[in-house]
Order: sequence, then structure tokens, then C-alpha cells
Amino acid sequence: MTDEVKRLTTPLSEEEARDLRIGDLVSFTGVVYTLRDQGHLRAMEQEVPVDLKGALVFHCGPLVKETSDGWEVLAAGPTTSIRMEGLEREFIERFRPGALMGKGGMGQRTSEALQEFGAVYLAWTGGAAVLAAEAIRSAEVYWLDLGTPEALWVFHVEDLGPVVVAMDSHGGNLYKEVRDKVERDMPAIRAGLGI
Amino acid sequence: MDEETIRSTVAGMLDRAVKALPPDVRSALAECETDGDGIDAVQVRTIMENIRMGEEKGIPMCEDTGVPVFWLRYGKVPISLQDVVSAIKEGLVEAADRAPLRPNSVHPLTRLNHGDNFGHGLPLIHITPIESEQIEIWTLTKGHGSENMSALGMLAPAAGVKGIKEFVLETVVNAGGNPCPPLVLGVGIGGTADTAMALAKKALLRPIDTFNQDPSMAQLEADLRAGLRDIGVGPMGLGGSPTVIGVNVEHANCHPASLPVGVNVQCWADRWAKATFRMDGTVEVLGGDI
Ligand code: SF4
Repeated sequence: MTDEVKRLTTPLSEEEARDLRIGDLVSFTGVVYTLRDQGHLRAMEQEVPVDLKGALVFHCGPLVKETSDGWEVLAAGPTTSIRMEGLEREFIERFRPGALMGKGGMGQRTSEALQEFGAVYLAWTGGAAVLAAEAIRSAEVYWLDLGTPEALWVFHVEDLGPVVVAMDSHGGNLYKEVRDKVERDMPAIRAGLGI
Repeated sequence: MDEETIRSTVAGMLDRAVKALPPDVRSALAECETDGDGIDAVQVRTIMENIRMGEEKGIPMCEDTGVPVFWLRYGKVPISLQDVVSAIKEGLVEAADRAPLRPNSVHPLTRLNHGDNFGHGLPLIHITPIESEQIEIWTLTKGHGSENMSALGMLAPAAGVKGIKEFVLETVVNAGGNPCPPLVLGVGIGGTADTAMALAKKALLRPIDTFNQDPSMAQLEADLRAGLRDIGVGPMGLGGSPTVIGVNVEHANCHPASLPVGVNVQCWADRWAKATFRMDGTVEVLGGDI
């Protein structure tokens, strides 16, 4: 892990994505697309109105307010990514995004797709929604019929981050490392609880 | 004590709840803030920075403003229960616009969202009669990243305290980073399957620096608080410390053949607020302050 924040712009090339390792801190300038449960389902069924190649796809259902100047994004933190696990491999294969961003990490199938197609999974601090919104300069929306949390939002961001690379294209998975360590420590944890 | 006061107080407490954490949770988090350079320190600093910026700008700290759950503790008062319930609903409408609150109500199968926080069964209001001449309204705006990690265990009575601890530990470890740790846990022990879960959520309404009045339950709280804090899941499941910053236990007696244990998992955005309405017209509100 390096303390230095790598500044990247979207879209990411496969080479840039493969260059990242778990523990790296990165920030992004460019475009972020939000997709959650219903957005993933629709993307697999209908034409997607944006180009997701090399894109940063954010698992997020923002808190927004419609004003006379358009949409104001008040808060935009990550949602739990594992809910999208069932579709993510096929999604990555079809759209070839450069990075997924969310919270809590994803499963083995997604990890394999990240390795195969050269992409990363980024952890944005769950609930740190005001900070995320701070980086958003403007927003557009598609698929609003899904409701504001599930719609496909296009955020134009400046210096969004730092976010942690939590799963990389080399099979690295911070969450798995943490889980394995907790498992190893279990006897001591149980003893501490008096079990 | 009139409908208008209740409506505006409920609107105000929801608005504040989503923008500022109650003092017990806020200080427990602030105590974990360090200038270290581990990922855990970065996560906690980011959370604190986010909290401060939300308070400063008057913006909800998290985009998931949760499902507002209410507890109405209804005493011997001259205003009807129906009027109080409708005042609570009107307060929610106002807060949704003012805060704003994210429209978090969808049909469970069609997933249709009508753009508000109402719908079949919502908002949820638990009603309890109380003896005193007052009304208390409590609310928790519950995020569902954490709610989704909640669990019910119908344990064998022989499993005892150790079985309860094992079940709570397992729930936290399985949840990993999904519920946005550092966590507060509400644990409901006893009753029936449904009461154990209801008690677990109600436990979250008690400040995390207090104890259950039953000494055996207070001991269990102390053990769980000490034993779960540093198990290594860490902030956001990225390792390090802390994992759990609060555990409250509520209990009820149960069937001799049964030991229900409910665990309600609460993220760091533990947004509760409470109001007491007295006969002399005074209203006391507890919770976050902005
Ligand atoms: S679990 Fe809590 S902090 Fe995390 S996104 Fe949901 S409401 Fe926000």
C-alpha cells in the first residue's frame, strides 16, 4: 500500500486498471455512472444510453433535489455491492468497465471477471455521502422511471476520492485477506468473549 | 400538546436525525479518530470529516436516509391516538421535503417507487401504552445496508449465554463490510421470534453509554462490547479497528423451550431522536444537534 493518492481520469484504459493493486489510494476526475440492482437488470435487457467501456461504475442510489437549474446531488455514498454479484460478471464481460465502486466488496465470480477483463473494485467509505457529493460538478439522469435511487445517474466529478482499491485484476482481495485473518484469530476472539 | 406541535416536532427531529448524530454515537466515533495512516484510520477520518461537513452544510450525512421507524409511547393524555398518528405522518411528509429524505418505499415485488416514504405498511409505528401523563415519540431512520445484515437465531435454551455470544459474533463476522462498520448492535433476547427482533431494534434507541437494568443483561452487554470491539473486521470491513462501538441488549421472558435472539445491525450512521410531550405544553427533544 502506498499513501500517495494516484490521480486518474475516466475512462480507464485496461493498462491503467491493471496497474492498480489492492491498498492503493486513487481519486478520479471525469464521469461516474451509477447503477444499482434495477439498473443492472435493465442494462442486461435494454440498450444502455451511455458508453460504459473503461467507465467508473458506482453502486450508488443518490439523494437528489430537483431545482430550476437541473438536478442537485446532495449526498451520494456507496450501496452494498454484493447485491449485484449475481449479474456483475456478465455485466463486466458485456460492457467492459474499468472500475466498479461500492462498499463491502464482491464475490469470487466478480473477482475472476476483474482478472480476466482487467478492472478493479474500489471501496468508497460507506455513508461518506456528503464528501462524495462535494466532488460532483453536475449530474444528468436516465431511467428515472426506476425511481431516483435506482436510476442511471451520470455524475461529472472532479477529484473524487481518495478511494481504496479493494479488489484488483491480479486476484488481490482486501476483504478476503481481512476475513481470513479474522478466521485465524477466532480462538483468541472467542476467548475474549468468554465463549 | 396539540397535533400541530407534534407534527412540527416530528418533522424537526427527523430533519435533525439525518443531519447530526446523537451525542453518544458521535463521541464514540470521534474517540476512534487518529492521524494514523492505516486504512482503518483513513476510513474513520473520512467518516468524521463527512459528519462534520454534513452538519456544517445542513445536508443528510448519508444518501440513504433510511426507513423511518417510529415508537409511539402513548400515556394518559387528552389527544386521541388517531390524531397523534396522523400528526406523525404529516411530520414525515414535511421532513421528506425539508431534509430532504430519499424516497425509500417500494413495492416488494414490483419494486415500484411512488417517490415518498409511504406505502402498504409504511411508515412503521410501534404503539405502546404508558402510565404517565405524556406522549413520547422515538424515531430511528434505519439504513438498510445494515438492516439487511440483521439476523434471528432461535437457539436451544442449553446454548445459554455462550450460544448468544457465538450467534452475535457470527452475525458480525458474516456481515463483513456490508453494513458500514463501525457498528452498533441491538440485541433482543427472549420473547417470541417477532418480539426478539422488535426488541433488537428498540435496543438501538438507548444511548450506547448506558446499561440494561437487569444485572445479567448488563454483564452480557459489557462482555459483548469489550469482546467485539477489536475483532479485526474493521471500519468498512477493510481490517483494523474498531469493528463494534456499541452493543445494547433488551430482553423479555420466553417459553421454557425457547431462546430467541435477534440481532439488529446498525451502521455508524445511528440516527435516532426522541421527543417527550408533556401536559404543560413543554417538549423535550433528544438526539443530534445542529
Ligand atoms: S449502511 Fe448506513 S452508513 Fe452505510 S450506506 Fe446504509 S445508511 Fe449509509
